[in-house]
Amino acid sequence: MRFLERRLLHGVLLLAGVSVLCFLFTDLAPGNFFDEMKLNPQISPETVAALRAQYGMDRALPVRYALWVRSVLRGEWGFSFAYNMPVRGLLAARAQNTLLLTGTATALAWLIAVPLGVWMAYRPGSWTDRLGMGTTSVLLALPELVLVLALLAFAVRTHALPVGGMTSPSEGQGVWPRSLDLLAHLAIPAGTLVLAGLPLLIRHVRSAMLDVLHAPFIQAARGNGVAPARVLFRFALPAAANPLISLLGFSIGGLLGGSLLVEAVTGWPGLGPLLLEATMSRDLYIVIGTVMVSTFFLVAGNLLADALLVVFDPRVRTD
Amino acid sequence: MLHKWKVGAAVIFLGLVHAVIIFAGFLAPYEPITQHRELPFAPPMRLHFLDSQGHWHLHPFVCEPELRPGTFYEYDESCTRQYPVRWFVTGSQYRLAGMLASHTHLFGVDPPAQIFVLGTDNYGRDMFSRILYGGRVSLSAGLLAAAISLLLGALVGTISGFYGRWVDESFMRLAELFVVLPWLYLLLAVRAFLPLHITPLHAFFLVVAVIGTIGWARPARLVRGIVLSAKTRKYVLASRGFGASDSYILRRHVLPHTYGVLLTQAALLVPQYVIAEVTLSFFGLGLNEPLPSWGNLLSVLQQYNVLVSYWWMFAPALALVIVSFSYLLGADALQRKLQPASV
Repeated sequence: MRFLERRLLHGVLLLAGVSVLCFLFTDLAPGNFFDEMKLNPQISPETVAALRAQYGMDRALPVRYALWVRSVLRGEWGFSFAYNMPVRGLLAARAQNTLLLTGTATALAWLIAVPLGVWMAYRPGSWTDRLGMGTTSVLLALPELVLVLALLAFAVRTHALPVGGMTSPSEGQGVWPRSLDLLAHLAIPAGTLVLAGLPLLIRHVRSAMLDVLHAPFIQAARGNGVAPARVLFRFALPAAANPLISLLGFSIGGLLGGSLLVEAVTGWPGLGPLLLEATMSRDLYIVIGTVMVSTFFLVAGNLLADALLVVFDPRVRTD
Repeated sequence: MLHKWKVGAAVIFLGLVHAVIIFAGFLAPYEPITQHRELPFAPPMRLHFLDSQGHWHLHPFVCEPELRPGTFYEYDESCTRQYPVRWFVTGSQYRLAGMLASHTHLFGVDPPAQIFVLGTDNYGRDMFSRILYGGRVSLSAGLLAAAISLLLGALVGTISGFYGRWVDESFMRLAELFVVLPWLYLLLAVRAFLPLHITPLHAFFLVVAVIGTIGWARPARLVRGIVLSAKTRKYVLASRGFGASDSYILRRHVLPHTYGVLLTQAALLVPQYVIAEVTLSFFGLGLNEPLPSWGNLLSVLQQYNVLVSYWWMFAPALALVIVSFSYLLGADALQRKLQPASV
């Protein structure tokens, strides 16, 4: 498994690179979290200096980096100035919510995209195919921001769905009503993500299938009178899986990083709003932590895709 | 299935959009910062062709919006006086295409009345004018940022592909890093470490620079690939044999191969960067208020009452969709024309 080992090493180096880059940016930055305090006449300069020293912000950049690496190894991921607690606890709670949202959306998007893409590829150029391509190109041109605002406006006007947050305080305590409530809150952000992700997925599935459907073994299967659905899903789809598995890796990799905007607009308490808030207040270890976690997911997603490829596609193993 | 009309439509669309933006001063009846404080959130005005007596007017006219007593920002039309829409009226001064000083606006109404074809915002500023001027800001931010990305990408890609070895290796590892990072996170993270309160013009260039520098990796990788394959062509080897310098070979034989890809990338990057600017400004991290940009205009939709009550505040979103759709159409056409096999 030389291939996988190389990819793993690659991923680790990538993460190290991202962390160094993050710290370099922090050092280039004019101003920091404590600058606002300096403007406050009630806080003496000594207090500000003491606080800076307490958080280690008066040290040189390499020292700060080393301290941060140590705190990552201890499982603290740095210390938030604003929340006055280790970053990991903050991130873990938020990441859970983000994963709930993006996991649902990604699963839904794939469940819709695969059959649709296969169906469109089955008769290229037919009116269903052209309708599908037209719809996807319109969806492709709709920015996520516009989509989410439109869905929000729809929900707010029709009162069909609750808006903002994850739960409504008025709901009862039972498991059933509460999960229904959660689902209702999930609908708008997840719907936006599905709509935003669908066009690319459908097009990839379609073009991967088109490549395979011309192959002689498909012709042979058809000639032998194998039912169309069986040809498509049993014979063609597995053969077309290679590019789709890489795409799945990207989907999984984007689970933490892809929903910032939607979360921030719909008020879903995930990583996105946390990062936005930390950006405003320059709570830099939260910013670094969020970027690192989402990069970690990306790397892990790609690794997973590589591993799946090794399992499913013998051609990869030969190299 | 390359349709001729698609290419034509894309070109015409893009030309129109940019012309509209360039001539914003002429097309917009007001300046983007002119406030009509007595008419906040006035709805888009109706153009009337028939008056109350049922007479047909060739020249459309508008009526005055009148605040409905006892309400917040709900208006009725009062058509006791009619204000015909006039062409080429004299109004506030602006610079045509940024150069020629002029007073003439395409349309307008006589002074006591106002014309708001797309309604007004919370300060009573004409949305139509703001969208045009905002488009100027947002689009030029996207164009400039794309130019930065492409220049950086072409430079790095050329050096990387042409000189190879450790330079190539290190640049490509760095590129991988930039491609892999979620761009919005990166954008926010970089923005986090830059000053928050700056003048609008500084903010504009800052946002452009940040967006532009983050996106260099994709074009760099594409350019590198082309340079790599181009430099081993026989005619390149031949001209090297005749003693041609590196810069001559690059200029004459290698770089022309990259123009197609760069053009396609430009068509893909510009709408992405316009959206990036809009997103940053939407969250208040991009351009600040007096300067109109589509992100700024949309950011009022974060207020519940605006989202519920004033549908015309969505107009900038429509403009954004039109721009990104026409660019995508153009990119699609270019892609099919220039690189039929790949991507």
